Amino acid sequence: MGLTQMDITVDELKHLVSDRALQGETMLLNMGPQHPSTHGVLRLLLELDGEVVVNCIPDIGYLHTGIEKNMESKTYTQAIVMTDRMDYLNTMGNVLVYVLAIEKLVDLDVPPRAQSVRVILTELQRIASHLVWLGTHALDLAAMSVFLYCFRERELILDVLEMCSGQRMMTSYFRPGGLWRDVPPEFEPAVRSILELMPGRIDQYEDLLTKNPLWIDRTRRIGVISGPEALRAGMTGPSLRGSGVSWDLRKAQPYSGYEQYEFDVPVGSNGDVYDRYLCRMEEMRQSLRIVEQALRNLPSGPVLSGNRKFVPPPRSELGESMEALIHHFKLWTEGFSAPAASVFVPVESPRGELACYLEGDGGPKPYRVHFRTPSFGNLQALPQLARGHLVADLVGIIGSLDIVLGDVDR
Amino acid sequence: MNHVEKAVDSLRGALGPAFVGVDVFRGQTTVELAAGGLQQAVRHLRDDPGLDFGFLAALTAADRWPAEPRFAVLYQVYSLAHNVFLGLRVRLDGASAEVDSLESIFPAANWHEREVFDLFGITFRGHSDLRRILMPYDWVGHPLRKDQPQGYEEVQFTFNFDEIDRRKPYARE
Repeated sequence: MGLTQMDITVDELKHLVSDRALQGETMLLNMGPQHPSTHGVLRLLLELDGEVVVNCIPDIGYLHTGIEKNMESKTYTQAIVMTDRMDYLNTMGNVLVYVLAIEKLVDLDVPPRAQSVRVILTELQRIASHLVWLGTHALDLAAMSVFLYCFRERELILDVLEMCSGQRMMTSYFRPGGLWRDVPPEFEPAVRSILELMPGRIDQYEDLLTKNPLWIDRTRRIGVISGPEALRAGMTGPSLRGSGVSWDLRKAQPYSGYEQYEFDVPVGSNGDVYDRYLCRMEEMRQSLRIVEQALRNLPSGPVLSGNRKFVPPPRSELGESMEALIHHFKLWTEGFSAPAASVFVPVESPRGELACYLEGDGGPKPYRVHFRTPSFGNLQALPQLARGHLVADLVGIIGSLDIVLGDVDR
Repeated sequence: MNHVEKAVDSLRGALGPAFVGVDVFRGQTTVELAAGGLQQAVRHLRDDPGLDFGFLAALTAADRWPAEPRFAVLYQVYSLAHNVFLGLRVRLDGASAEVDSLESIFPAANWHEREVFDLFGITFRGHSDLRRILMPYDWVGHPLRKDQPQGYEEVQFTFNFDEIDRRKPYARE
């Protein structure tokens, strides 16, 4: 493999634009990668006829950090910290899908208390993620105050994540077999106060937007896609449910005990920006319902599996038990080994189907990790959604897909 | 018989020799196919009304270098009506890392195949726009291949600094 440059010629890229662009009838305009409305470093090559989008060609990869490659050189436990950095608005969900994959690969049990805490934290994270989406989406469409309110409430949720894990965003709180440690005593009152506060606050956001004629003008009948088309394009999550397809992996293939909780899966009917907005607003309320049920029935007991081949023993045992010392030493020097086989574990992230493909080779490091990320699939449908709309509406359409570029590029 | 077993049986009947085998691990079924039978199999899974696998849930690859056949291209298809996932696997030799594109069956495969092409160097026949997607367009090599070192850089000493500097791939004035 030489270190020579590989050249790409203009001719190789001509098939991306129409003949009209080559003759100068339509204009090619670059949007991003440094553009506030692209929600990160997304570059769009727009082909415009006046103000109408004829075509839009997404150019991604600006945030590619080779996470999948890097994980191959770390032990299963060490690689946890990399998963946080993919979708930085859904750190709990990323870690969850990775530890679920490990637990499935090595057949490891998770105590009920750890499962409930996982559900509470990922649902809180879902609300926090939707709050960032709502704030920035509204800001893109010129509703400034919603942004400030959303970030005010998001901070309360990040406080809860911080009191559990020590980190607001890059939490790495879940471990194979359970949690890093139990939640602190102030966890329950803090979550309860969020549960009391949030329904009223969500009503406030809706008061500002849902029946606001300006908001409706900017979102109704914009970026329309039918359910079957959205599936064919690879869309998942609220972006798909806005088109009327009721598919939520928490309901369809429950994990971490989601089957115990009562909640509805909101679906839209028109598949436009407005319906996707309504779906996410309702999802926040449903997440609160799940958190309330999980907190009410929070079991007591250990938060880590007792399987010492995968879970390090508590510090107190090290002075008394030779076996504990050996396990501690083995786990912190070499790590645990997983069989030479592969698993595929999908979960529902705030953005849609987040799946982890994990392959072991019998050793202590993952042989291959792949994350099928929802933003990647949803962004792929953007050209289909954007064609025929105004440039100003394109910003709303991008916002309605709720992409996170860290999730797209990994 | 559950839906996955039914789909596997149906595939076995429809594909003949292109059906290589099936393995089940922790309740997850993966069907191994010959590269030539892939399009037929996926079309069968999607279009047979009794099977109804209408969603491509994931598409990725793995490298087993230096073993041969080196690459495995992995697919997960999902049936919304029956709520089951089914894995498909196609093994490819390093010398002929080529497989048919699924873009005509599932448009969602477009970017996923570009990603596998970019990171593994596997070519998808019939793809409409097979370009790099994540790595820079002038990148040389395919980073997720196992023979691609992770962060290799030649060490420069005083005596060979200029010589190595000349062939280092970075922007110059």
